[in-house]
Amino acid sequence: MKIPRLLQAVLVLAGVYFGFIIVFDVILGAVIPASLLAMYMFFTTAGVFMVFTYDEDQTRELVAPIKALVEDPSKRLWRNIVFAIVPLAAGGFTYVQMQPSFEAPLELRTIHPAPPSTAKIYGKRVNLLKLENPLRKIEKEDPEKFRELVNQGAAVYIQNCQYCHGDKLDGNGLYAAGLNPTPLNFQDVGTIAQLQESYLFWRISTGGPGLPKEAAPWISSMPVWQNFLKEDEIWKVILYLYDYTGHRPRSWEHE
Amino acid sequence: MNGFRPVKIGMTVAIFGLLVSLVSLALPGFEQSAVYAAEPAADAAPSFLYEPAPKLTAADYPTVAGVNSRVVVWVFAQLHLWFAAFVLAVPIFVFIIEVIGMRTRDKRYDDMAYEFIKVSITAYSLTAILGGGLVFSLILFYPHLFTYLSTIFSESMFYYALLFFAESAVLYIYYYGWHWLQGGFKKWVHLTLGLVLNAVGTTLMLLANAWLTFMMSPAGVDAAGVFSGDEWAAVHNFLWNPINLHRFVANIAYGGSIVGAYAAFKFLTAGTRQERAHYDWMGYNANFIAICALLPLPFAGYYLAAEIYAYSQQMGITLMGGIFAWLFIIQAVLIGTLFLSANYYLWCGMGRSDGAKRYTKYIKYIAIVLVGAFLVWFTPHTLVLTNEELKALGGPHHKILGPLGIMPAKNTAVNVMIIFTALSFMFYRRSNKVAVVSWEKAGNAIQVALFSAGLLNIIFLGVYHGYFTNTVYKVAASIPQVLTTLVIIVASITLDSFIYRGAQEVGPLRWGRIPERAQYALFLLAVAFTWLMGLMGYIRSGIRQHWHVVDIMRDASSEAFTPTLGYAANVVSVAAIIFMALVIFIFWIAQVSSAKTLPAGYWKE
Repeated sequence: MKIPRLLQAVLVLAGVYFGFIIVFDVILGAVIPASLLAMYMFFTTAGVFMVFTYDEDQTRELVAPIKALVEDPSKRLWRNIVFAIVPLAAGGFTYVQMQPSFEAPLELRTIHPAPPSTAKIYGKRVNLLKLENPLRKIEKEDPEKFRELVNQGAAVYIQNCQYCHGDKLDGNGLYAAGLNPTPLNFQDVGTIAQLQESYLFWRISTGGPGLPKEAAPWISSMPVWQNFLKEDEIWKVILYLYDYTGHRPRSWEHE
Repeated sequence: MNGFRPVKIGMTVAIFGLLVSLVSLALPGFEQSAVYAAEPAADAAPSFLYEPAPKLTAADYPTVAGVNSRVVVWVFAQLHLWFAAFVLAVPIFVFIIEVIGMRTRDKRYDDMAYEFIKVSITAYSLTAILGGGLVFSLILFYPHLFTYLSTIFSESMFYYALLFFAESAVLYIYYYGWHWLQGGFKKWVHLTLGLVLNAVGTTLMLLANAWLTFMMSPAGVDAAGVFSGDEWAAVHNFLWNPINLHRFVANIAYGGSIVGAYAAFKFLTAGTRQERAHYDWMGYNANFIAICALLPLPFAGYYLAAEIYAYSQQMGITLMGGIFAWLFIIQAVLIGTLFLSANYYLWCGMGRSDGAKRYTKYIKYIAIVLVGAFLVWFTPHTLVLTNEELKALGGPHHKILGPLGIMPAKNTAVNVMIIFTALSFMFYRRSNKVAVVSWEKAGNAIQVALFSAGLLNIIFLGVYHGYFTNTVYKVAASIPQVLTTLVIIVASITLDSFIYRGAQEVGPLRWGRIPERAQYALFLLAVAFTWLMGLMGYIRSGIRQHWHVVDIMRDASSEAFTPTLGYAANVVSVAAIIFMALVIFIFWIAQVSSAKTLPAGYWKE
């Protein structure tokens, strides 16, 4: 028996919808956000519409049941049922959407605030566009000494940073659950792997209060580490962050 | 002569605007007086010639009660740019179509080229009117900025004005002389005029681009903004060429989409079968032009963004990682919409041929790949999560979907979308042909191998370089991906032309046999392009944040803040609606110009 085209389209959409939920929520154990699923389904629907309507005959076949429902006198009962259900469903949907909730409002968080071209760090005006990690060159010049610096950076990290950013640098430290936004996950390919070392130096040194005025208000609880650490300790921590995660700092030159 | 009056009005306004701007340089109020004099020159040598950029206060910006100066300038600039993009693009492909007409001696091409230029002629006067409006509003609301820029770009502004006259003169001879300059040597003269028109138009765009890119990546001035006197250095600033390339390609795609919308409008209002056939053919050609320019456009955009990053990390992050990142998601959605609607139009167009059934069975697979790539293309890196989802994921980063939000995945997705759009086009081209060469099967096998190997290479590059190498290679990986895409498209279309050399036609192409829905795909293309240009134009300008000229001349007006995304999107959307209304007016006026009324008994016999 041939499945009517309208039903085919509905089945395809239902398959895609539940497919996403089964794959992400059940099999992979990583929830697909409702906002993203809504966007995915909107454009999947557009794609299904395109495939089902590019041909005139197939389009007629697709809309035939809808046309019959509206025009065919013998389908009066069904018509009345559908005409009652559709407004009710729309009303129900609107009610659910508009219902007050205790959920905190969603926030579009800016992960990478744009750095200023210069910043005042350790009492000096630093040009962030040109700033480089002074210890980075040791990586090639003296690998043993570099290893020692990374280890020193690790010690600073464990003493100061891991409570929030986690001992695996995955943003899942002991205090992480109490923070919103949660601390950054340095393992993620979208955080330090995308940034120059000068950027990290600026963020660590000046912390939440040093975030730029643009795109305020910020809700970062990152301390101003230049008040607690020495300058070279911050550079060493940066070496450790890249070393442990295996990422390389962003640069425009091939090595 | 109906089109002549608005042209004259436009010219008058534009010339007046230019005169005002020139006179304003001489007016005492616009002189580099108090605000300039307060600043000592950084360098003693050139200081007698040029002053540093002024340090302004909010009091230096004239206000008009109830008028938001930034929005006025913004809307005028945006409307001017939309029309300018359109009127610069149309002569480019009109020239190409005229060449095709001359080579094939098929008059239909010549008629179509004429109709395209006819549509753009009214738009030309509107471009001038809106350009005048932009100059007026800049002088009125931002006099010191205008003075500073015109001090540096005095020569190029002067040549701009001269070229504008040249553009008008050539355009009028080109358009009004179309039917006069026909056949033999005269046709060559006409074609040469088309070439000159394009050269002048493109030069105009390059000059205007220099002014706006100077504001983003100033050159030829020192840290205090003191001009060195070398205008070429200021023109040839860091972002000038990336913008030039991006705008040149984008203008063609945009122009194609607007004339496509015109053809769709005429198709839907056509009274006869012949008219429907004609405008269907015109719509097809316009869509073809738009797609041809759309395919390389993401690469030009990528080049521009990479250069912005290279120029300033701050600007790059503001652009794609910071406040404007969410507009890039809208951009991704709109670009995906362009690809989907262009493909849909091609699929609908296959109904013109009786031989298309052989290929329509593949459409659903193309659609699956296109939609799949599209979903990757617009997946944001930072997801909008409810608190419950945040807890379930253990943080704002999604381990599966998160990596889809960064460039390697986006590059892979857009290359796949481009390749499958090219595939749709190839199927369309093949739909009415039957190959007669003996090696058809071998040729097809080579093409399948080419597509498969190329796609594997693109996906491998995206996954390997995207996730297992550092950032510099992530960026560099996009180049072999692009090259692979270009090789696939060029090689397969070249091979196709050999396979189908001397091919039999299944039957005559039935122009006009296309669902009306397809015409709405053409409208969607034009609307999506318009909105996209507005939003991206805002981003390009907005990444200067509180600077008129980055790091040199600070915007001290009360409107110097970066507006919220919703506010910016609203301004752009309202401007887009105004533009669309004006475009509908242009379509209507083009129709009116050919309408005739015979008033019986009105004139003396």
